[in-house]
Formats: sequence, C-alpha cells, structure tokens
Amino acid sequence: MVHDLYQEIILDHSKRPRNCHSMPDATRQADGYNPLCGDKLKLFVKVENDIVVDVSFVGSGCAISTASASLMTESLKGKTRQEALKLLEKFHELLTTDTAISQDLGKLVVFCGVRDYPARVKCATLAWHTLKSALSTEIAEPVTTE
Amino acid sequence: MSTLSNPVSTGATAGATAGFDVEKIRQDFPVLKQNIHGKPLVYLDSAATAQKPFAVIDAIRRFHEVDCANIHRGVHELSQRSTAAYEETRSKARRFLNARNKNELIFVRGTTEGINLVTSSWGRKNVQEDDEIVISAMEHHSNIVPWQMLCQEKGAKLRVIPMNDRGELLMEEYQKLLNPRTRMVAVTHVSNALGTINPIKQIIDMAHAAGALTLIDGAQATPHMKVDVQALDADFYAFSGHKVFGPTGIGILYGKTKLLNAMPPYQGGGDMIKVVTFEKTTYADIPYKFEAGTPNIAGGIGLGAALDYANQLGIDRIAAYEHALLAYGTEALTQIPGLRLIGTAREKASVLSFVMEGIHPHDIGTLLDRQGIAVRTGHHCAQPVMDFFNVPATTRASLAFYNTFGEIDALVAGLHKVKEVFA
Repeated sequence: MVHDLYQEIILDHSKRPRNCHSMPDATRQADGYNPLCGDKLKLFVKVENDIVVDVSFVGSGCAISTASASLMTESLKGKTRQEALKLLEKFHELLTTDTAISQDLGKLVVFCGVRDYPARVKCATLAWHTLKSALSTEIAEPVTTE
Repeated sequence: MSTLSNPVSTGATAGATAGFDVEKIRQDFPVLKQNIHGKPLVYLDSAATAQKPFAVIDAIRRFHEVDCANIHRGVHELSQRSTAAYEETRSKARRFLNARNKNELIFVRGTTEGINLVTSSWGRKNVQEDDEIVISAMEHHSNIVPWQMLCQEKGAKLRVIPMNDRGELLMEEYQKLLNPRTRMVAVTHVSNALGTINPIKQIIDMAHAAGALTLIDGAQATPHMKVDVQALDADFYAFSGHKVFGPTGIGILYGKTKLLNAMPPYQGGGDMIKVVTFEKTTYADIPYKFEAGTPNIAGGIGLGAALDYANQLGIDRIAAYEHALLAYGTEALTQIPGLRLIGTAREKASVLSFVMEGIHPHDIGTLLDRQGIAVRTGHHCAQPVMDFFNVPATTRASLAFYNTFGEIDALVAGLHKVKEVFA
C-alpha cells in the first residue's frame, strides 16, 4: 500500500533502532524537537581528531524519524566532520528535490519515498538537523547520562 | 437510509438516526465526492475545519458576482445590498446563540480573535496585580496563551482546573480555586482534543457565585449542540465560522451589553468611530466599537448561509445523529487490540482521540491518508492535555453530521491495515 514510504529497512530500523542509547564519553551532544508531532531526540557524538568515531541517540518519535536517526548513526561512523555535513546536504537533497539519487547515500536511499510526502520531510530530517547542531558546538567536558 | 451507510440495526441507533438522510445531506457537500489516492474520501477532521455545503459556497460566490461592495455608509445599491446581507448574519448569529440583542454579537476572525479581544480590552482594563484567572486543564492553546500574556503583563495569576483520567473536570477542585480575587473563568464548552462536554452551566453559576465573569470557548460546541447564551448566563461566548460549516476568517464573539459598553475599543480605525478630530475621537456604539476596518464581508455572508443550513437541518437532529455515530465509533475502536481511547468522558461530542501501542500517530495519519481517510495527528493545539495523558500526540477522528456509519467501518478497516504494516 505505502511500501514506497515504509520500506522494509525503514520498518526494521524503526522497530529495532541501532545505536539507540546514551553515550557517557560523547564529546558533543544536541537536542532535537519537532513541535508538529512531538518527536524528541537527543544525539550523542564522539569526535576524535575531526573524525566521527561514534554516534548514538535516544528519544521518541514516529517510524520515519526513528529509522532516520538509526540509519544516520550507522552511516556516519569513520567520516570526517566535513564529510558528515556533506552527507547531510545530500540527504536533504534526496528528500526535497527531484535530482538524481546520489550514490554516496548508501542505505539512506531508502528514504527517497519521503519526497512524495512533504508533510513527513521534517520527520526524516530531525536527526540530521540535530547532527548539524551537535557538530557545530563543542562541549569541553564529556556529557553525563541522566 | 441505505443499508450501506448504516449497517447498525439496533433499536436505539435506528431511533436516533431515523429520518436523517445522510446520503442526501452528503450531496450538499461537493468536497466529499472525490477519491484520495484512489479511495473514496473519508473526511474525519471536522474538528479542525468542517466542510462547506453548496449553500455557503453559493452565497460567497453570489456576493462576489452580484453584490460586491464595501459595507456601511455607502449610498449606492451594491453597498446597501452588501451591508444588509452582512448585518443579516449578525441577526442570524443572535438567533443561533439566542442572545438578547444583535448588538451583542461582534464579528471577529474566529474564536482565537474573540478571546484575544476580551483579554486585550476587558482584561487590560479590569485585571490587576494578584487577581486570578481560572482556565481548565483541557483548553486549546487559544484559551491559554492570551490569558497567560495578560497575567504576565498585569502580574495576575493563572489557575488551572484539573481533570481526571477520563478527561472530566474536577468540579470540587474548581470550587476550591474560586475566591474573591477570581476575575474571570475561561473554559471550553467542548474539548477539541478529548471531546469532553463540560458542565458549562454549572461552571458559569459557580463563577458568578464567586463574583467572577465567564468566557466560554464555543468553537467545538456550536457545530454539535444548541447553545443558549441567555439560559447559560455566559458573559462572553466565542465561536468560529469555519467549524460550523462556514468559511475561515470569520467568527463571532458574544458579550453581554453592559460589559461590552464598559470595555475600551480593541483596535482603532475606520468604522469604529462617531467623530474623529486630531484632538479627540468619539467611539461608535457596540458592536461597531470593536469592528475597526473593512471586515471579512464575504466570510460574514457565508457564515450567515452556514447558520441557515445548520438550522434547516435542525441542531437537535444533528446532535442525535452524531451521538449515535460517536457511540458506534467508540464501540468499534474499543474492539481494536492495542488501541487506547484518550478522552472517555461520560458526556462527549464528536471526537475519537486515540493512541495505538507501538505505532506513532504520525505514521497512523500517513497510512490512513493513503487509504483516503483524513484524520488529524499531533497535539491538537493542546500540549498540556498530551502531557497529562503522557503521550506525545494522538490520532484524532472527529465527526460531523455528514459522516456515515460506513465511514467508521472504513476507519476501523484502515487501522487494521496500519497494524499489518507495523506487525
């Protein structure tokens, strides 16, 4: 029925999100909130020598936003900060334009169906917007889990 | 009634819906006759905005095609026709609410503006430091934020009537909140997020006994039940045109004459004056004192047609039919495993708000939409209600008299499909 949006891999990641935990030794963190649907997300990032060595998140949201956060964490590890931000740009393009799908996106191409659901673009980009904010503000001390 | 639209044959339901030809009524609403994603549209979002009958669409079109002119003061024929049609709606609104005098009906953009008019005009003049305003735990943001702004400005306190798990106000707690410092009790007649019908007459009487005034948010009540502001003894009562099958951008604020007379203007401009010099302006009498500038004339005329339409159907017949529909829907949704209704008050109107285990409302909304079913998902501009029930959002199906029993069945079937996707 709507398999173009709710592809198997998205359903799988929404039911069993990967890297869904807090991270005591994260070097960066940021909160994301979508007031339209009440989705909340806390993102933890560990950056060493400008490389994203670990990413995790906690929060509650719809299937699209949870799967997007889960797949994002998988696709970021080992990337430089610059590469991570470049990927964000390409992901945003995938959701909001009709341009050809970039090969760099890997598994993230499963979200291509979202472009036909403008109301859901915000769900898919919540984790990525939060990433942008996390990467642009460094915290001196590792965050503590609550 | 066709068996397709009413598969229920219980005595009670048959009694309530007898003579209510919903299939014929649906012919009056052109928007309902379409497919969405290849499926017949099932519109279950009337609490957000109701659909418009031909009568309303035609009245607006006729105004623009035949009578269009600015109202008041024009001596030419078109202006007189426009003025007469616009002012006739004021009289229709008077009858709709059973107000004493048509000057007690003020045209506003909608319920939100009606409430803001009262907080800005009455509130600024009458509320002082340490005074108290009472609202309820189930208010729409539009009946929270304007009072919050007023309280902030004046150093007054906002008190909140709590509710129970069914979504019913705790009247004993309300009684305890009332005291000589209470200036205003502002509550909703029917909750948009829960469907609760509040015991508004009792709430008003208790407020008056404490020396406080009352403002009733009637946005969700007016489409579903007869309202009599004199019998209720409401001081202010506001509703929106677009929820009673009229256009957006027009609504009504009712206020008692002596209160309105004592209130300063809300906005300054044309139409709200008697005499203007550079030294001094003398304001017009009510209701014009509160109606600065060229109003939404087409909207006002459309609203008049909408009130006529509702009256012709008979608001009591509408209420009886919708009551049967709501009972059927409540029963049907309760049968779905993992579904929890949010808002189970004993007195309810029109709203079926719910959450489903493990499935976010936003996903439910999208998956229903693909089956042609329009519901609302989110916090319904009532975030404190969501916090109270500890949910981020709900899915809300809201009913109107043009909905059928068959559409409830479609909703139930749709929800089963949603469950399959997430199984």
